[in-house]
Amino acid sequence: MDYDFTTLASFTINQKAFLATIILGVASGLLGAFVVVRRIALVGDALSHAVLPGVVLGFVMCHMLGIDKNPWVIFSCAVSIGLLGAGMVRAIESTTRLKSDAALGIVLASFFGVGLAMQSGLKDYIDNRAGISTYIYGNAAMISDADLAAMFWTTFVLVVVVWLLIRPLLVVSFDSGFAVGLGYPVKWLNFIFYTLLTFSVVVSMQAVGVILVSALLITPAATAYLLTDRLYRMMLYAVGFAVASGLLGCYVSLTIDSADVPTGPLIALTAAILFGLVYLMAPQHGVISKSLKVFRRKQRINRENTLKAIYKMLENEGFAHDGVGLRDLAEVRKRSIEEVKLDVQRLRKSKEASFDDAKSGIYLTPSGWRRAVEIVRNHRLWELYLTNQADYDADHVHDDAEKIEHVIGASTVRQLERDLDFPVLDPHGKPIPSVSQTMAQQSDGGSQKGATGY
Amino acid sequence: MVDLRKEQQVINMVEWIERPFILGAEDVFYLVMMAFFVALPCSQLGAFLVLRRMSLVGDAISHSVLPGIVVAFLFTEDLSSPWLLVGASGAGLLVTFMIEMIHSKTRVKQDAAIGIAFTSLFAIGVILVSVYASKVHIDADCVVYGKLVSILDHDSVTMLGYDVPKPLVTSAIVAILTMLTVIVCYRILLLSSFDPGMAASIGYRPRIVHYALMAVLSMVVVTSFQAVGAILVIALLIIPAASAYLCSHRLKVMLLLSGVHALISSVMGLYLYVWMDCSFAAAMVVAGSILFLFAWFFGPADGIIIKAFHRRSISLGND
Repeated sequence: MDYDFTTLASFTINQKAFLATIILGVASGLLGAFVVVRRIALVGDALSHAVLPGVVLGFVMCHMLGIDKNPWVIFSCAVSIGLLGAGMVRAIESTTRLKSDAALGIVLASFFGVGLAMQSGLKDYIDNRAGISTYIYGNAAMISDADLAAMFWTTFVLVVVVWLLIRPLLVVSFDSGFAVGLGYPVKWLNFIFYTLLTFSVVVSMQAVGVILVSALLITPAATAYLLTDRLYRMMLYAVGFAVASGLLGCYVSLTIDSADVPTGPLIALTAAILFGLVYLMAPQHGVISKSLKVFRRKQRINRENTLKAIYKMLENEGFAHDGVGLRDLAEVRKRSIEEVKLDVQRLRKSKEASFDDAKSGIYLTPSGWRRAVEIVRNHRLWELYLTNQADYDADHVHDDAEKIEHVIGASTVRQLERDLDFPVLDPHGKPIPSVSQTMAQQSDGGSQKGATGY
Repeated sequence: MVDLRKEQQVINMVEWIERPFILGAEDVFYLVMMAFFVALPCSQLGAFLVLRRMSLVGDAISHSVLPGIVVAFLFTEDLSSPWLLVGASGAGLLVTFMIEMIHSKTRVKQDAAIGIAFTSLFAIGVILVSVYASKVHIDADCVVYGKLVSILDHDSVTMLGYDVPKPLVTSAIVAILTMLTVIVCYRILLLSSFDPGMAASIGYRPRIVHYALMAVLSMVVVTSFQAVGAILVIALLIIPAASAYLCSHRLKVMLLLSGVHALISSVMGLYLYVWMDCSFAAAMVVAGSILFLFAWFFGPADGIIIKAFHRRSISLGND
């Protein structure tokens, strides 16, 4: 367990700053994943403010003991005060009508106020003033070798504990009732969790500053949350994003000319930009892919409704014609000619209908016909199901079927056919068409009993 | 200012009480009034935040007005310009909107959305402050600690024969306007806080009420910014209201008590500031927190002692 500190001395200040951001990226990414899935993101924020009096107390203790700024003294004071803050939140929530948001706000504000009052009032008892403002504003370049070693060992302990307790922590995070049922000591697990959370907050504080610690805790984990459904993978991604934003932010802070820009805000901003990118581009939960999905679905439903309208028009004429007129379709769909023209063009693109300019008639292709029949069939089967099996009135089933016809899959249709004993007529007396029939067969005399949809 | 720590420490009650007046009776009065006029509008709006369970949205807004202030300042180069109010309420609305966009469009929940939104805006604000440090007269310290005492160095306006510092006049106007708004909109705020559905059915559009409250909140936050900084505002918003909440079940009484809390913590804050020679804003928060502890233990509506007493009388009754 003997770490060779002499190797640290060979690093430059910049390398140490980068090393520090890697360490804190690991600590906050790991815990951040839990914090985000447990929906206690702002507990992290409250804790980071609440540890300030602890940090000041640590500096004062160092002065009293007559030693130089010692990271371990500061660390233990900060962690104890942080836990006191977490306990206060619990106490306020459980003994008063105040809700968790107010409890967090009170602890955050009052502890931070006390910390600032101590820091400004106990000036004479604090030897290292620059050191204390590192904790408030965050400056990766100000981190000393001893700080770095403390950060490393804390993070090491944190990783080991998370690794050992991963399953219980996971169960407690997702379903604490279930954890009680399994016989886990939930209270202790929560205590360990909050202790670890305080660890990670204190670790990141020197590089990011009191106020923006929660950025490093929440933002990378939320970014990861948009990319995966699995907690292990989410933890991994969260660590990756946290380390990446730490390194990038630190790099920018060290390279830009005006050296006054602290590291913390740059790291927080990088994390936010990464979140923004993923927010837009994530394959499953991203805003772009989601709205694209919605757009595609709307287009498909619109196409299917046009096909259905054409089918019904053909059916009303007893399938005497093979095509329908543009104007008639517009009337049935209650749309302008231009809109319907666009609809038909989309059908032509998907090769479900063809359009004859001369007669301005629309003709279904075989695949278009099949899709139209499928939709009408789904619609009428569902209507029948609602009237027969669910005891709906026949005049109440149409709107529901309008929606469901686009979404029920083949297996549901199969099930409906079986349950309804392969029906021929819907509740309104219209024939339920079968997909295997062509248009000609349909006009010949409707479907025979027992015809299936496929 | 007199360096108080060099004064001989005399343990004498009267001396301790008189000590703030070393600053001069007029200045003491101005400081307390300034603190009060900053704390009063915050406490009134805070009451509605606590009732609507939006305390942490208040926290988010108080952090996020920073970039709005800095950008407005870069254009106007005047810290007392009304454009700062516009910039700040713009930033306040932006953060509210961001929170909404994140948690309604993705599966990230509201708490994480708040965290992401305000930290990114605050980070931008701090970066702007440090990049334009030479141009902007807001330093990083002011963001954290506030500069309440600096009102004494400002220009003053002569009113009724007294030289009243300008920021005090501004804060007083904001405080009065906020009070008037709360009184005029009392019914809307009351109804939409307790029963949003009912409020909507009468025609108070919940979204409009929400955004309007956020805009007013941002303006109040920005006027208190200079005095107490961006972070301690949350204390002025939540702590008075939470303390009052433990003392009464009635909204009107709660608003009144929040105001009283603001006044007492201003006076106590001044004493703590002088005794400990620390930041005034922080001293005010410490005073407010002590008052909260009192309310927590002795609050007549929801205090620990009164509840224990009730429990005891119930169990006695059962015997």
